[in-house]
This record gives sequence, structure tokens and C-alpha cells, in this order.
Amino acid sequence: MSNDMSGRISWPAIFSGRLWTLLLVVMLTVAGAQTVAQAASHGMGSADSAEKRIAPVGRVQVEGQPLIEEAAAASAPEAPEPLAAPQPQRKDYPNIGVSSRAVVWIAAQMHLFFGALVLAVPLFVLVIELTGLVTKDERYDDMAHEFMKISLVGFSITAIFGGTLALALFLLYPDFMGYMMRVFGVQWLWYAALFFVESFFLYTYYYGWNALRYGNKKWVHLTLGLMLNAAGMTIMVLANSWATFMMAPSGVSETGVVTGSIWEIMKGPLWNPINLHRFIANIGFGGAVVGAYAAFKFLSTRDPKLRAHYDWMGYTSNFIAILAFLPLPFAGYWLMAEIYAYSQQMGITAMGGILAWLFIVQAVLIGTILLAGNFYLWSGMSRTEGSVRYQWMIKYIAVILVICFLTWMTPHTLILSAREISVLGGSHHHILGPLGIMPAKNIAVNLMLIVTFLSFQLYRRSDKVAVVPWASAANACMVAIYLVAIANIIFVGVYYGYFTNTVYKVGSSVIQVASTLVVIISGLVIDGFLYKGAKRLPSHWGQVSDRSQYALFALPIAFTWLMGLMGYVRSSVKTHWHVYTVMKDNSPDNFIPTIGYAGNMITLVTILFLLFVLFMFWIANLSSTRQTRPTTAEGGAVA
Amino acid sequence: MNVLAKSMIFSVGLTLVFTLVANLLPQVEGEAPVEEEVDLGSLTMDDFVTLGESLFMGKGTCTLCHKPAPLGRAPDIQGDNMVEVAKERLVDPRYQGKATSPEAYIRESMVDPSAYVVAGWGKKGSNDSESPMPHVDKPPTALSGLEMDAIIAWLEAKDGNEITVALPTMEASAEVAVVAPAGGGLPAPAATPEEAVTKYGCQACHTLLGSSASLGPALDDVGDRLEPEQIRQSIIAPDAVITEGYTSGVMPQDFAGKMTVQELEMIVKLLAEQKQ
Ligand code: HEC
Ligand code: HEM
Repeated sequence: MSNDMSGRISWPAIFSGRLWTLLLVVMLTVAGAQTVAQAASHGMGSADSAEKRIAPVGRVQVEGQPLIEEAAAASAPEAPEPLAAPQPQRKDYPNIGVSSRAVVWIAAQMHLFFGALVLAVPLFVLVIELTGLVTKDERYDDMAHEFMKISLVGFSITAIFGGTLALALFLLYPDFMGYMMRVFGVQWLWYAALFFVESFFLYTYYYGWNALRYGNKKWVHLTLGLMLNAAGMTIMVLANSWATFMMAPSGVSETGVVTGSIWEIMKGPLWNPINLHRFIANIGFGGAVVGAYAAFKFLSTRDPKLRAHYDWMGYTSNFIAILAFLPLPFAGYWLMAEIYAYSQQMGITAMGGILAWLFIVQAVLIGTILLAGNFYLWSGMSRTEGSVRYQWMIKYIAVILVICFLTWMTPHTLILSAREISVLGGSHHHILGPLGIMPAKNIAVNLMLIVTFLSFQLYRRSDKVAVVPWASAANACMVAIYLVAIANIIFVGVYYGYFTNTVYKVGSSVIQVASTLVVIISGLVIDGFLYKGAKRLPSHWGQVSDRSQYALFALPIAFTWLMGLMGYVRSSVKTHWHVYTVMKDNSPDNFIPTIGYAGNMITLVTILFLLFVLFMFWIANLSSTRQTRPTTAEGGAVA
Repeated sequence: MNVLAKSMIFSVGLTLVFTLVANLLPQVEGEAPVEEEVDLGSLTMDDFVTLGESLFMGKGTCTLCHKPAPLGRAPDIQGDNMVEVAKERLVDPRYQGKATSPEAYIRESMVDPSAYVVAGWGKKGSNDSESPMPHVDKPPTALSGLEMDAIIAWLEAKDGNEITVALPTMEASAEVAVVAPAGGGLPAPAATPEEAVTKYGCQACHTLLGSSASLGPALDDVGDRLEPEQIRQSIIAPDAVITEGYTSGVMPQDFAGKMTVQELEMIVKLLAEQKQ
């Protein structure tokens, strides 16, 4: 980004650059709508030809007279001809020389990453904007605006990858997509229409920010933000229904004939668990990504004012990411429990089969996120002198975190080699099977969450001194809650882990989860009252080590990788089915790839994502870069 | 070093650490089940038992749940003598199923798992009235009658019991597939050609619509070879013309009596369109 470069792109050019972006989105949306319309008519076309195929040959018709409908009367009265899911053979899959699955994998994952990002950012932006309005502190408003600015290009990137994904799917998996189009029918049109709605609110929300800043106009602006989020959420839950339909189809017969309404098709058993899990995960993910922006800007400047600003921005992002992260494992458990309830076979495939290994990687990633988040909070304590009161606790928290982390990720028996595993005949989980869901392991997870919350609570307390008379009673109560919760988590874990042997261990973690939630909720409530009108100690934004900022890079990297990994699980539990139990996958890629292969793919998409995010930030910065007017001396050559 | 380089090196480095972890773990690929080609002509009972074992471990996905005690999520039918266990089940007052022999009990356990739920293993909250075991004759497992017989043969043989299932004959194997929709009453007429094909089990013997079977000639290219009229004849009177290399009497002779006219026409039409 030399001067030269920014020199070439002057203000009007940037402006038209934005126009281009806008145009591109509109064009893509139109193109998308066309694809959808075409595909829909294509779907209808095949329905037509199918109808012809099915038409009974024995139809009797006297020339010039209407048909004699005896064949139709003989069979059950059926309005449109129902159609079973196609069963393509291997030769029906286009071969493009490279793995079709890999192509779709990359496009889908990029689309999902950016989709998650642009869905999440307006959500917390709206909350921050509201905070600004309530606290009358304009810094919030500016920060919210800045968050929007840096993710703006993300919408176009999402659309571009969405288009690429659709194209790849229709080209490489025509039968499958034909079937999906038939099943979801008009829903695709809503989806396309929602893009327009979302774009409208996006641009009015972003560009109207300063025009609608105060008084009643602010409320108009907030309403725009709300509508933007409503559109975004709807888009997400629509798209989720495709994924959940593929895992646990509903509204179709055993052979895939559509029997239910679109609502019955969408509302499969896994839809809501995925909706919730993705919703929360997206917020965490979005927070983590914008945190990296703040860290980058923080490190790039020595100006104390800017440093203070970006430090605060990074802190807020981390706050969002960690807060969203804490309930995530619980949403994950709910999802997993619903998968078991839908099909035990599928649940065990995920947690006990070949995929069991994957949960070690998941543990590493979640451990990374927790350690990074905690490290950042501890480093942040240097912003205020009040933190000396709590600093002694950090080493204990760190020790607990590390022990729990190791417990979680180490299998409790020696790991078998891949050869031994395959000799055992595809069912090799007697080593790792209990790992994912065993309550004993859950001790570690829950303790990690609890101490992370403790870090967070200490941080929040470090610049305050409570003035209420019952402060020490409240503190004693808080300590008691922590101790009881921790004892309870350990007891329940040991009890279920070693003294019972039930098939359903998923449910037994409920007590542990409840304990953790009690700590978090009571912590927030107690501190809320305790520090009402508390004495504030001076705290200095920007007074934080450079090293701490790397935690803000670790967070989005681990989040992105985790998201990719979980996508691999979600897709793999379907084994050799496009649509589980209904439409078989006969493509050359119908096997579950090894964890190593998946890891390489995930790294590929993570790095791609990183590059596109850099591009997005760069564009965002361009708009605030202004070339200085060349002086006569420099401009001499031109003159 | 500038900030961009440092942050990129850090980020990419961390990504590589995760990649490394993923690559250090045992690498197992989850193969899609491969349809076993069974040559019924030369099949011995030993082969049949071996087939049963490999189905149990592989395509049947039985070992996902059925495995030795502390690890299993279902009774250890691999370790137990299933014939003895079945005898106990049959005299259990809780037993409400229709089976009268161990063989029938095992088959019933596979196609109608909830007929009898082993105490303590029922779905949570169902008080052992509902089994978490899938109907293995339905997707996603979708074992054929022949395959289930093979598994029964293995379950009997592995503990030295007498094998009661008969070796499949060619007719029987076709029959098994045809009889598939169990339960009384006439099956509803198929609504689509695909359904009709499934209903009459054509794919058990022929390569068609994604199946691969070699008991009968492949039909995925039959549209190239035969006229619709000839196709119709081959279904109504299979032995009128025999494709080279195949013997007569294998294909069921009674389709004409079973199919509705509409079903027959749908299948003919569908087959006529099967061109390579
Ligand atoms: C998703 C887990 C699961 C899978 C896969 C599974 N089973 Fe089961 N099976 C169970 C459970 C749980 C029970 C005990 C409850 C019951 O009686 O239905 C059971 C019971 C049985 C029984 C009766 C056992 C007894 O002691 O009475 C037999 C026989 C059986 N299964 C055979 C099979 C075969 C053969 C396969 C593979 C084709 C298979 N199962 C696949 C879970 C499974
Ligand atoms: C043990 C608990 C968990 C289980 C069983 C679980 C399971 C799953 C599954 C099956 C998916 C679906 C993947 C997809 O739809 O693409 C998923 C998505 C995801 N999970 Fe989890 N998860 C758990 C905990 C967590 C935790 C603690 C995090 C923390 C960061 C997390 C982050 C994610 C993310 C980022 C996604 C992708 C969301 C998206 O695609 O929009 N999960 N999880």
C-alpha cells in the first residue's frame, strides 16, 4: 500500500468503486434470481417430461373428444404427479478432472464464512448503536459505524461466493440440485427476493448513518438496522433448512416423494438446533474477525489517541466473541442430542465412529479460543491499577485451564494406529468413543468455561470499587456459588463417568451445564447490583502490551478453522447420502475423507478467507485515505 | 518487521499447527458400502457365513452399536451366543413378537426392532417400549432379505450352532426382494416408475437406476437393445426370449398377475428410456 498506489485511487474513484460494489451485488442478485427462475423452470421441465413418462399408455381417447380418464380414476387421486428422489449413477456425475466435492467444499465454505460474518456484524452493531443511544456516548455510535464500514465489502464477497457455489452445485451435482429445487420449490424465490430486501436495508442503514443520527431520525435508523437483521436472519434460517433437510429429511416419503408442505419440509428435527447453534456461533465468529481488524490497527500506529480507540474496539470485539462463545457448547450439545434422537446411528457415526478423532481437533481449537480469550483479558488488566487486587488469581486460573485443556484433548487410552483401527473393522471407537460425550470429560469443558467467566468477571471488576454496604456479603455469596458449582460439576462427572453405564450420557451433562449457567447468570446479576454507582478507578485505554494483540489474531483463526471442521462433521455424518435415507450419493466422492485431508482443505479455505478479509479491510481503509494535493514542485512534471 | 508480515506469519503459523494436529491423528477413510457381488451359482454355506460376518462389520453398520460390554451401545450380540439368547427372549413373558424360533427372532429384531426391546436398552423415556435400533431393511442401511439371512447364518455359526437359514436359491433371492413390503393387504399401486421398480424388486437382480446386480442382464441400457414391445413381453413372459448367457426360470413368472396395468406400462416406458 505505497503512497503511489493510494495515489492512483482518488476519492471519486473510491466512490465509484462503491457504486461498482453496489452494482455488482444487484447484478449478482439479478443473476441469482435468474438462475433460480431458470432452475425452477428446469425443475418444471423435468416434471413435465416425467409426467409424460408416467402417463399411462392405456389412455383411451376418441379423436376430437376429451380424454377418457379411466386410468387416472383407477389409481389414487393425486394432484401433481409425485416423484421419487432421483438415484443417479456414477456416470451421471459430471467429471471435471478434479474432485467435485473439493470445488463445492471451497465455494460453500467461503460463502458460509462471509455469510456468517455479514450476518453477525449488523447484529452486534445494532446492539452497540443502541448502547450508544442509551448511554448518550457517541463513541459507541462511531464504533458501530466503523464495524459496519469494515464489513461492508463482505456483503459483495458473500454474494460472489454464493453465485459461485450455486453455479458449481448446478454444474457438478445436477440431479441432486434438481431434486432440491423440486423439494424446496418457491422457497428459492423467497431467498432470492430476500437478497434484494437485505441489500436495500444494508445500504440505507450504512449510508444513512450520519444523515439519521439524532432525535427521532435515530429511531428511523435503528429501525432500518432491525429490518436489515430481520432479513439476514430469515436468509440464514432458510439456508439452514437445506442443510438440515439433507441430514434429516422431513416432509417427504421414504422414496423422497414430496408429501408435506414447504413448512413441513423446512421444519425438520435438526432445524432449530442448527439455527440456534449457527446464530450464536456467527456472533462469536463476527466478533473475532472484527477484533483482528482492531488489533491490526492498534499495532500499526503509535498515536496514543488512535491506540486508545483501537484498544477499546479490540476489547469490545473480544467481549462479543467470548460472550457468544460461552453458551456455544451447550447449543452444540442440544444439536448433538437431537441428532441422537433423530438417528442413533447418525449420532454414533459423529461421536463414536471415524469422526471421533475429530473431536480431539475440536478440543484443540476450543482450547485455543479459551486460552487466547483469557490471555487477552489478563493482559488487559494492565489498563488499570485496580487490577493488582486480582492479579494473584491469574496463575491459578491458568493452571486450571491448562489441566482441563489437556484432560479434554487427551484420549484416556493409548491411541491405536490407523492400521489397527481398520483391522478392527470400521468400529474403532472403544478408545475414543466415550470421549465426546462422556460426562467425565465434560468436567473439563465446564470448568474451562467457568474459569473463563471468572477471568472476565475479574477484569470487569478491576477498575471498580464497590460502595454498597453489603459488598462483602455479596462477594462471599459469589465465592460460594463458584465453589458449589465446581464441586457439583466434578461430582456429577465422576458419578456418571464411573458409576453408571447408560447409553444416554448426553442428557447427564445437563446438571453440569446448569451449574455453569448458574455461575454465569448469578455472576452477571450480582455484579450488576454490586457495582451500581461504584467508585471508578482510572483506567487507560491503549495501555496494553503489543503481545496481547496476537490473542485477537488467534481468536478468528481458531474460530474459522473450527467452523470449517464442524462443517466437515455435519456433512460427513450423512455418510454416502446426499439426502440421508432418501437420495444416495453415488459420486466418486461419496466416502468420508480422512481427517488429514479435511484438515488440509480447512487450512486452504481458512487462508483463502484470511486473504479475502485482508482485502475487505484494505478496501474499508481506502475510503478514509486521502491523497494530499501534489505541490507545484512535485507536480512540475505534469505542468 | 512490519505489522502485516508479523500478523500474517502468526496467523498462518497457527493454521498450520491445527493442520498438523489433524494430520497426526490416525487417518481413516469412511468408505461407502460397496455392493457385494454374490455369485449364487457357486455359493457355499461357508461363503454365506463369511458374507454375513462382513455385512455385520461393514455395510450393516451393526458394530456401530453392537460391541463388547463397556463400549457397546447395544447388547453384545457378537460376544453372546445369539441362539441361546434368542431362546431366552422367546420365553420371556414380556415377549410379544411373532417369532417362534431363534432364527425368526433374530430376523424380527432386525426388521422390527421394537417388537421386543431388551430391558435397559430402549429409547430414553420410552420405558423400553421403543428400540433405538434402526430398521435395517430400510435406508440408510437397507439390507436385502438375502443379506439379513447371511447375517443370521453368521450369528448362528459363530458359536457353533446349527445354521437354520437355507442357502439362497436363485428363485428365492428374487422372491425375497419381491416380497419386501411386508404386512397384510394389497400394497398400494406404485405412483411413479421408480416406485414400481422398487416395489417389484427389479434392482435385486438387474443393474438399474443406480443398483448394480448381475443375476439378470443389466437394464440400464435396455432401451438400446429392445423395443418397448419386447420389454413388455420380457416382463409378462420372461422365458419367451432369454438373453444370451442367462438361464430361464430365474426371473419371477408371476409379474403379469401382480402388476397393475399402469405399473407395467410405467416400467416399460422407463426401461425403454434406459439408454447408455
Ligand atoms: C444404532 C444402534 C444399532 C445398530 C446400528 C444396530 N443395532 Fe441391533 N440393537 C440395538 C439396540 C439398542 C438393541 C437392544 C434393544 C432392542 O432389543 O431392540 C438391539 C438389539 C438387537 C438384537 C436383539 C438382541 C437381543 O439380545 O435380543 C439383534 C439380534 C440385533 N440388534 C441385531 C442387529 C444387527 C444384525 C445389526 C446390523 C445389521 C444391528 N443390530 C444394528 C442397536 C443397534
Ligand atoms: C461439544 C459441543 C459441540 C458440538 C457437538 C458441536 C457440533 C456442531 C455441528 C454438528 C455443527 C454443524 C456444522 C455446520 O452446520 O456447518 C457445528 C457448527 C459450528 N460450531 Fe459447533 N459444536 C459444539 C461446540 C462448539 C463450540 C464450543 C464452538 C465454539 C467456538 C462451536 C463452533 C461452531 C461453529 C463456528 C460452527 C459453524 C457455524 C456455522 O456454520 O454457521 N461449536 N457445531
